[in-house]
Amino acid sequence: MTITFYLSAIVAVAATVMVITRRNAVHALLYLIVSLLAVGLVFFTLGAPFAAALEVITYAGAIMVLFLFVIMLLNPQPSDAQQPFPIQWRGPGLLAAVLLAELIYLLARGGQAVGETAVSPQQVGLTLFGPYLLGVELASMLLLAGLVGAYHLGKR
Amino acid sequence: MATIPMEHGLLLAGILFGLGTLGVLVRRNILFILLSLEIMLNAAGLAFIVAGSRWGQADGQVMFIFILAMAAAEVAVGLALVLQMHHHLKTLLVE
Repeated sequence: MTITFYLSAIVAVAATVMVITRRNAVHALLYLIVSLLAVGLVFFTLGAPFAAALEVITYAGAIMVLFLFVIMLLNPQPSDAQQPFPIQWRGPGLLAAVLLAELIYLLARGGQAVGETAVSPQQVGLTLFGPYLLGVELASMLLLAGLVGAYHLGKR
Repeated sequence: MATIPMEHGLLLAGILFGLGTLGVLVRRNILFILLSLEIMLNAAGLAFIVAGSRWGQADGQVMFIFILAMAAAEVAVGLALVLQMHHHLKTLLVE
């Protein structure tokens, strides 16, 4: 399990780096699907099999297909004149890199173990429709608002 | 068998979130900005899963489901806006 976690974490980070550096949108989308599948595997190794299944079905399945439809509909030109890294990003990038190095230093030492007991889908369902019932209703309202908004904006 | 420390999971979530932020900042294509937003939302969900797995509670996965629903709604509206932008401005670049 430990090796699986670290291997899929490396795959996720590498695929995400490829996503934000591609010029062709379809290539970036393929790398993002790989990244999402790797994160789903991370969920599985952390003892969350239900979230792993949802990640693969909803994120890598539904949302990425939505992106693919839009990319195929628009057919953007592969090279959007992406100029090299702008020079004014150098200062903030350096400072942010220092902060990231501090974060890695503080978190890489390790501590409490995680994922020793898997949380079953039954437990998730009981929690979702028990204490979080109001949240489920609010999410349904949000999805309805998204549906109406997308329909209104999608009209020519 | 060695176990996975919680901090490494949080570290992965932080790195993925940072990469998503970098993508939002440096890309000029609106499609790539939306993709980077998805990366950031996914990283936030990963942090929730790690925290829920640390204490063996189901709350983390419940919050992940909420994030998933929000991401789906956001993508639907965002892509509709992208279509409108392409229809009116004939470009996908944000500048």
